[in-house]
Amino acid sequence: MTKVMGKTSLRQGEITQRAKRKRVNRNVRRPNRSLSGDIFIVFLLCVFGFFFAFPLIFAINHAFKPMNELFMFPPRLFVINPTMNNLSDLFILMSRSWVTFSRYVFNTVFITFVGTVGHLMVASMGAYAVSKYTFPGSKAFFNLVIITLMFSGFVTAIPNFLILAQLGWIDTFWAVIIPSFAFPMGFFLLKQFIDTVPMSLVESAKIDGAGEWRIYTRIVMPLVKPAMLTAMIFSVQGLWNNPQANLIYTEQLKTLPFALQQIVGSPHTPNIARAGVGAAVAMVMMIVPIILFIVAQSNILSTMANSGIKE
Amino acid sequence: MEGTNFSRYKAKKMRMLAYHWSEAKKHKVLYLFLLPFALVFGAFVLAPVGISIFFSFTYFNVLEPARFIGFQNYLNLFLADDVFLIALRNTLILAVITGPIGYICAFLFAWFINELPRYIRAFVTLVFYAPTISGAAFLVWALIFTGDEMGYLNAILIRFGIIQEPQLWLTNPDFMMPVIIVVVLWMSLGAGFLAFIAGLSTIDETLYEAGLMDGVKNRWQELWFITLPNMQGMLMFGAVMAIMASFAVGQVTQDLAGFPSTDYAVHTIVNHLVDYGAIRFEMGYASAIATILFVTMIYTKILVGKFISRIGT
Repeated sequence: MTKVMGKTSLRQGEITQRAKRKRVNRNVRRPNRSLSGDIFIVFLLCVFGFFFAFPLIFAINHAFKPMNELFMFPPRLFVINPTMNNLSDLFILMSRSWVTFSRYVFNTVFITFVGTVGHLMVASMGAYAVSKYTFPGSKAFFNLVIITLMFSGFVTAIPNFLILAQLGWIDTFWAVIIPSFAFPMGFFLLKQFIDTVPMSLVESAKIDGAGEWRIYTRIVMPLVKPAMLTAMIFSVQGLWNNPQANLIYTEQLKTLPFALQQIVGSPHTPNIARAGVGAAVAMVMMIVPIILFIVAQSNILSTMANSGIKE
Repeated sequence: MEGTNFSRYKAKKMRMLAYHWSEAKKHKVLYLFLLPFALVFGAFVLAPVGISIFFSFTYFNVLEPARFIGFQNYLNLFLADDVFLIALRNTLILAVITGPIGYICAFLFAWFINELPRYIRAFVTLVFYAPTISGAAFLVWALIFTGDEMGYLNAILIRFGIIQEPQLWLTNPDFMMPVIIVVVLWMSLGAGFLAFIAGLSTIDETLYEAGLMDGVKNRWQELWFITLPNMQGMLMFGAVMAIMASFAVGQVTQDLAGFPSTDYAVHTIVNHLVDYGAIRFEMGYASAIATILFVTMIYTKILVGKFISRIGT
């Protein structure tokens, strides 16, 4: 039987191999997975999921509560009579402000976009150099980046202000955008991922005549796409609600969170009369980071680009 | 004898310098790659940290110019400040408990979630990341741990007859530390968690196929022999994030347990630092506190790094 099957089994092997590839791409069951284990995992994720989703559920419900439910005692998690008043109040309020709402949105989007793009470029270039090569100062520099990550941001706020004041960047977008380029966490993350790209790949590209820039843009960057997307999430999250935007005090240049804070108060100094609008703001401010988060996360896929290359 | 030794040392040093110089010249392009990041990093991260460490040796009240006083701040911290020692103890307890548990949970959840199909995975990741993405989300815990019988936890425990009267979860020193530990653990699926999710997707699929041939039997063997050794870089990243999160607990204790908390039961180093920096305007002293925290974290990182490099070997 096996003798007869000899030739065809080879073929079949090829086909199953191909089928396996397809399976992996479509994320269907992998080998070594017991059904009971899968069920256990889904069960565990469901139980803990509710636990972790609590703030999201709370924020969404809160935004649709009428005034009497917002201050209900004892407080309730779920809304009983949902209302759109909070959201419409927010839009009426914003349409009445002397700086148009779209201006605040533009400021925030501009800062977040330029800051994130700049950060990803600057940090990935630096991470590429430090990760793929050893040159005088490279190791020391990388260690310095990790170490400074651990210093309390509260204390460095004053020196940071002094430096920005010396540069004359206070009350401009640059006070927020430029420092965000050197966000050490993104650099650290990208460096760790670029480390996993095989050096043989870089070397063979070099033999084919590619320069450093070409290797960086064409070979290394596509391979660390999951890391770039993750670094993007960190950067957007950091910039969208960036507390450093309080260095901007001209009304037309303010970011959305600070503009809205003037109306509804911060979480620590709430404006009681506008608690409903405040709840709406809390929800609205989360929309953009969450959408970007979902888009980025669903694009983190096994690229399979580095399969088959052995060190 | 000494002279010859010294000249030999000098010659060696010169040779090393020349070697480094030629190495540096060979890698000119790479310095250009690093330059933009290095410039911004130097100006907005390194310089502020350096200046802060300098301030820790001065008396600086933000209004007057800093006055150099040597190690006086550090001496005061350890010899004259009882509250600092309490804060140090609390911070270490929190770090030792929440750091490792939070780290392992972050990895396990990332690993479980990675098994799910694409869009469901993105959504579940969002759900688990929610405490980090929605700002001051931990404030919802105030609802659960409210001290009267209307607080969720009290109400449930009374209904089931476990306790007879409401407990002051956030003001009774007996309960405060466990409560804060729970909240900090709940928030521990942060940057490290996302890095693990991304890291799991970059592992070469063919390795798993090869593992199957070699007789890997279940998912736990796969985890230990294939996944973990291939994720050393991300594990290190996650560890640094866990160290940062567990040592820098401050906002949570301040908002939930009050500032200062009863008997300083959950007073952390960061609370102490904010106390001196923002309320008493003793920035020099606050900088000294920050520097001590900084050094503690660096040593922890070195220790953890040694441990992680052994995984899977």
